[in-house]
Amino acid sequence: MTPLLTTKGLSRSFGGLRAVDGVDFALMPGEIRAVIGPNGAGKTTFVSLVSGRIQPSSGMIVFDGADITSLPAYVRVRQGIAYTFQITSVFANLSAYDNVALPVQRTLSDGRSKGAVRAGVMAALERTGLAGRAHMPAGQLSYGHQRLLEVAMGLALKPRLLILDEPTQGLADSEIDNFITLVREIARSATVLLIEHNMPVVMDLADRITVFNAGRILAEGTPEQIRENAAVQEAYLGTAP
Amino acid sequence: MSEVSPAKAYALHLGVIALLFVLSFVLPDYHHGLLARIMVLAVFAMGYNMLFGYVGLLSLGHAMFFAAGLYGAGLSVIHLGWNVPAAFAAGIACGALLALVIGLLALRTTGVAFMIVTMMFAQVFYLIILYFAVWTGGDQGMVVPQPARVLVLGAASFDLTNPTVRYMMALTLFSIVLLVTLAVVRSRYGRVLVAIRENEERTKMLGYDTFSNKLGAVVLSGTICAASGAAYALLFGYVGSSFASVQYSILPLLWVLLGGGATTLGPLLGTLFMYYVIDITSGYTSAYLLIVGVALILLVLFSPKGILGTIRQRWLGWLP
Repeated sequence: MTPLLTTKGLSRSFGGLRAVDGVDFALMPGEIRAVIGPNGAGKTTFVSLVSGRIQPSSGMIVFDGADITSLPAYVRVRQGIAYTFQITSVFANLSAYDNVALPVQRTLSDGRSKGAVRAGVMAALERTGLAGRAHMPAGQLSYGHQRLLEVAMGLALKPRLLILDEPTQGLADSEIDNFITLVREIARSATVLLIEHNMPVVMDLADRITVFNAGRILAEGTPEQIRENAAVQEAYLGTAP
Repeated sequence: MSEVSPAKAYALHLGVIALLFVLSFVLPDYHHGLLARIMVLAVFAMGYNMLFGYVGLLSLGHAMFFAAGLYGAGLSVIHLGWNVPAAFAAGIACGALLALVIGLLALRTTGVAFMIVTMMFAQVFYLIILYFAVWTGGDQGMVVPQPARVLVLGAASFDLTNPTVRYMMALTLFSIVLLVTLAVVRSRYGRVLVAIRENEERTKMLGYDTFSNKLGAVVLSGTICAASGAAYALLFGYVGSSFASVQYSILPLLWVLLGGGATTLGPLLGTLFMYYVIDITSGYTSAYLLIVGVALILLVLFSPKGILGTIRQRWLGWLP
């Protein structure tokens, strides 16, 4: 099986800091992959490079067999890479409906009919449990609901690769359970790349885990392998003096 | 926003158009003439609002689009002897082309830089008009000869210098632009424009090419402003460089701010309000601009969303 996403020698420096440093990464279709690592390890920079929000200093990104390194972000989105933001960035002044309508209307193949937009929007809202709040301004939704709206917008793009950047941050425990169910459901039709700090969520969801440290991949493996890995424990807990 | 109460919105807009139509028969001469002029300038404001209100791009150079329409129409009558529809089309074409070129260049910037770049281009346009005084009449401007201002449609002919004809022409243009604006802002394209205003980065990450969408909005906005300019030249018969000056870039901004940015009827209301404040106060004092200034400051302080923006926020959430 060929990987859906590969990066070769992917690097990005900010001034003297090598935020992402020569990363070789491969992601299989259908996988749920978690990316973990201490703060400042380069996780968000890495997925920003994949989604095209920032340009790499060097290296190459291949998506579905094609080199996408120089493509602008919006073209990558159209090819199926969806990114949901770490810091919630829904359109606060627009209704939840309009927020989801934006991605829906773009992905519709039969551009015309109004009913199709409505159906697509309501389907995405129902999947995330927000249908009852369709006409509320997104800014007035609770934090947890705004996070779900982010996911609904990501879903509505019908992505092949959905990148979730710290999706459970700030969610209550009850909301997290629903969230895990939702991600599992999404993974049936898309590959999921998940940056997450909440270890129980990671261990529960991920097929494989990639550990970042200081801009490099420190370890990669199944949740069990990562749990046992001494280097990972060191990176998280620090070395003994 | 959209998807909600389309019938109400269309009823309101058709009601406004009907009201303006009826006013033609009841207003005294003076106000009749003033309102015709206000409707044409409200089209200018609506064009400005398309970019400023809905896309959130603040241009300080829209006088050049108005003037492109004005001179495009006026000069093709004066120098080329074109008839009214051809001249009107020429004016609009000039504005659309200019907007395309300016958009391609100015949209490489955002925010304050965009304001400065558009203002500089408008200054260049203004100076070009003065420089080519042989054809443009320079700072004196030119009068579009009366005999040329007749619209011939088949067997019928309309004298554009006749006040009633002029009013009806102004109303026709106003109505078309109003309904087009309403349709655009309620469309999917309008939704994308608002999304760009709210958060351009996010809109990109939903797969939208924001540059082309903004360019489309600049061209639409410039074209509407040029239509207003072209109509002004043909209906009021004067083509002058003052319409290309900085003042006429700032005026539509004020009209829109007054009436309410990102509201379809705000530009009409703002233009109407400002015209009448000037009209009334200048009857009492020569320092009428002072009073206009005070009125503007009060409005910005107490109603920063403009008249209709405040009404929408407080009472009528469904207003488009």
